[in-house]
Amino acid sequence: MNLLTALARLLVFPGLLFAVPAAWFFLWVERKAVALMQERIGPPFMQPFFDFVKLLAKRTPPRQGIGGMLMRAWPLIAVSGAAGAVGLLPVLPSSGGFEGDLILLLALLELPSMCIIAAGFSSRSIFGEIGSAREAALSVSYNIVFLLAILSVAASQHTFRLETLAALPASPLRWLGIAAILVCLPAKLHINPFSLPNAEQEIYAGPMTEYAGPELAMWELAHGLEWVAGAGLVATLVAPHMAIGGLAAMLFIALSFVLVLLLSTLAAATARLAIDTTVRFYWRCTLIFALLAISSALFMRFRS
Amino acid sequence: MKIWQRLICTCRRRSPWLFHMNSGSCNGCDIELVAALSPRFDAEQLGVRLEGSPRHADIMCVTGPVTRNAVSAIKTVYGQVCHPKAVVAIGSCPATTNVFIDSRTLAGPLEKHIPVDVFVPGCPPRPDAILQGVAKAAEILAERGMKPPDSATTPAVEEAQR
Repeated sequence: MNLLTALARLLVFPGLLFAVPAAWFFLWVERKAVALMQERIGPPFMQPFFDFVKLLAKRTPPRQGIGGMLMRAWPLIAVSGAAGAVGLLPVLPSSGGFEGDLILLLALLELPSMCIIAAGFSSRSIFGEIGSAREAALSVSYNIVFLLAILSVAASQHTFRLETLAALPASPLRWLGIAAILVCLPAKLHINPFSLPNAEQEIYAGPMTEYAGPELAMWELAHGLEWVAGAGLVATLVAPHMAIGGLAAMLFIALSFVLVLLLSTLAAATARLAIDTTVRFYWRCTLIFALLAISSALFMRFRS
Repeated sequence: MKIWQRLICTCRRRSPWLFHMNSGSCNGCDIELVAALSPRFDAEQLGVRLEGSPRHADIMCVTGPVTRNAVSAIKTVYGQVCHPKAVVAIGSCPATTNVFIDSRTLAGPLEKHIPVDVFVPGCPPRPDAILQGVAKAAEILAERGMKPPDSATTPAVEEAQR
């Protein structure tokens, strides 16, 4: 991948120029799906954009006794991490890539939740600290399943290169891995039933309680970009290989949209679980399947 | 520059986030405010979102006749809402202290402590009246955002960290 294609992927498609409107669109789909499930009309189409611009134009209050630079840095790091993850997705055929970019993608996907943990603790709010502790516990529990699932997908197809992985036809083992990723996505996106870190009505806004104005706008954007990256990762793994760029992009967008719709419907249909139930769910119920997937992937690899 | 200003003005009008503050209310107005967000009235069509943290909010909705205990909390929360902000007094209690007038436990009405932009009268007011009040407050908010914060009308309130 030369510098020009890398920049084009990061800034144009599927990077920022595509990802930011897509993030707003997915945030709208999330809210609209919840509204429709509750027999409401829901927010207008431009609502996430209105919210973003309004928050950008708000004044940040003076905060005593808090590291202002750190507070400002966390949301920016989260946004750049999520945007970088979107930029790495192999949407277009033969768009380049490098050996091991799957590992970089996983690291970048993890960056926003790391930032959320750090942000809650650096805001010195009691609600922020509780939210951060929950996010840390949640992250430890779902990430093992998530990483094992992705590892099993990569090991079953002998590559850590995203583009090759997306081009290869899906094996039954890959479907198992994709199912495990899907189970982890609600926790990664902090939506119901795993909306523990930002549990509204319970700990106010969790790690975001002390954030206001442009910083909050960046958090909202980071959340939207996480939607694009998370749904996009599954979409690229599910989608069959297409030779034409436009068609591949359309399929990617359609699959991501269906995924967002499904996850939002799940969020609207379920209530928030308690932290101990959530942790138990990931450690007891899903870890077995992830271990099964990785062991069979390794077994198949040694046999071939 | 002008287009950007107009865009911000529209966005402020279309995205009022509420913070609900109970200052000793009997819960009647609180239920009506929640009813305004429910499927029948669906305040989210106006872009309304009920926020848990006052730092995220644009409009502060106060219910209740302002008890003596609530005064410092109201001032702190008012200070935590970022500029531009508006205040909606929901029900007759924050406007006049209603039937609790002359009670020794009250320090109302609300306007003695913070500037109020919109009064929604009623005991309790109907959800559609609350929605109209919020929409009016959102318009006031959009106009206010054009000007820098006025220190004369803003009472000196200390920021509480926790």
